[in-house]
Amino acid sequence: MPSLRKTLVAFAAIVMAAVWAFPVYWMVSSSLLSNVTLSRSTPTWFPAGGTLSNYRAVLADGRFGDALWVSLRVTLLTVFVVLIFAFLAALAISRFKFRGRKSFVLALLFIQMLPAEGLFIAQYKMMATTQLLNSVIGVSVLYIAAIIPFTVWMLRGFVAGIPAELEEAAQIDGCSPTGAFFRVTFPLLAPGLVASGVYAFLQAWNEFTIALVIMQDPVSRTLPLWLRAFIEGSRAREIDWGAVMASSTLVAVPVIVFFMVVQGRMTSGLVAGAVKG
Amino acid sequence: MTAAAPVEVETAARELNPRRFKVAPYLLIAPAIVMLVVALGYPLGWQLYTSLHHYGLAQQFGRPAEFVGIENFATLFGSSETWTVVIRSLIFCLVNAGLTLIIGLGAALLMKAVHTVVRLIIQGAMLLAWATPVTAAVTIWIWLFDWHHGVVNWVLAHFWPSMAHYNWLGSQFGFYAVATLIVVWMSVPFVALSIYAGLTQVPDEVMEAAQIDGATAWQRLTRITLPLIRPVLMIVALLQVIWDLRVFTQTRMLQDYQDPLNVDLLGTYIYRVGIGRSDFSMASAFSIFVLLLTVALSWFYVRQLIKEDN
Repeated sequence: MPSLRKTLVAFAAIVMAAVWAFPVYWMVSSSLLSNVTLSRSTPTWFPAGGTLSNYRAVLADGRFGDALWVSLRVTLLTVFVVLIFAFLAALAISRFKFRGRKSFVLALLFIQMLPAEGLFIAQYKMMATTQLLNSVIGVSVLYIAAIIPFTVWMLRGFVAGIPAELEEAAQIDGCSPTGAFFRVTFPLLAPGLVASGVYAFLQAWNEFTIALVIMQDPVSRTLPLWLRAFIEGSRAREIDWGAVMASSTLVAVPVIVFFMVVQGRMTSGLVAGAVKG
Repeated sequence: MTAAAPVEVETAARELNPRRFKVAPYLLIAPAIVMLVVALGYPLGWQLYTSLHHYGLAQQFGRPAEFVGIENFATLFGSSETWTVVIRSLIFCLVNAGLTLIIGLGAALLMKAVHTVVRLIIQGAMLLAWATPVTAAVTIWIWLFDWHHGVVNWVLAHFWPSMAHYNWLGSQFGFYAVATLIVVWMSVPFVALSIYAGLTQVPDEVMEAAQIDGATAWQRLTRITLPLIRPVLMIVALLQVIWDLRVFTQTRMLQDYQDPLNVDLLGTYIYRVGIGRSDFSMASAFSIFVLLLTVALSWFYVRQLIKEDN
């Protein structure tokens, strides 16, 4: 009975999809409900009659704005510097042969694997000594260094995909070297720069471990630390889950949207060599 | 404009000046190297130095640290607390990586077997879980497992009434169960989509031929599909082991919520020793151990990537 088997397989796939999507659905659904509704003994499966009052309460509290502002500054500074530095390094390793190239690539790949916990005590001490604890600059410097290696690796693929001959051809046709770069290479590289930029954005925006150590002062919290403060606060008082889920949604939704943009490229970068076998 | 300069140098150099040709790549990688040295190299050096010295509270107030050789490492690995954390982390890592791989492989096979519409639904759900920021994910799961109003206990109570108010995060077992669910939920999408990409490369003719020859579905899976996608499986398995060994955000945030004690894994242990107790020597020595472990485990993965580069 192949048709029965096919139906069962499809059913299993739908159940799996439901299980994986459920937590995100539950977050959004709970964020629309009042704390009274959420405290009932039976769960409310559909947020019929839900309101945005949780969001209003969260946004009215100044701490969200503060954390958003810190996160924005840290993320933008990080993305900006990472893109420039990683682009230059990617040009070097994909367009030049030079002594030390292989060691540099090797170092990047290993650094990219290092866990933040392996260095954060020393980084904390360094920032404490240089008076950069709780500062946007301090945490950004650590983020930039952590994100550069994989970004270089990602951009290297894009740069290598554009033949240098294209640029030379443009110059033979009368373009200046700068003109050839901006009219030929740069437009072709734009998708790569966007993908790398979004990757760097996601890393900096979501980062928790380094921020936890460096940004301990409540006023210099990034958004992930702001979200954690609700969880930590539960020891002192009952959690207002409606408000916390609204907060989670505010943190998660922009990220989910951005993530969809780059997902394909990130996966292929990580396992490209393996798929080709 | 910053981006224009290097190419200009490159093109000009190629034609005119062989000496500048050699300088250009070093100028291009210099900014990245400076950042890496400042933010990673210097702390690494400090960590090596500190792990070989006695560095405690007194040194915080300016007393010079005394050189003690490998004494910190000896103390560290002589303590049963360290070994408990290491072994616990290894078990946690292997259980999580194993579950993630099995479920991820299952999801990938499902994606291959079903109609395109169903496949897009499951891929969409997976992407949703993958994209969720880890701090938001932990927060959601704590709410799902809330002992009074959580939906998980509500469902379980229908089958086992005693689960109605079970305090998951109050016990070691419950804590690891919730942490494992979060990690697996977050990690399966990457594994499933990577393996699915590998599965699409398996030629249909081979499968048809095997079917005609009378191979059962199980035989086709174990004798043809799995060996053919072995390279992808190896890479995702290795990455999963490395990533699950460094789990930090999930366990730290769960501990912030409710700490049943004795649930530290590698990362949270370093955090407790370094930030909590300010015992920088021990934290440094342990960090170096974790870094060496990561480098050793990464070896195979990095070699694969280098192969691709050449």
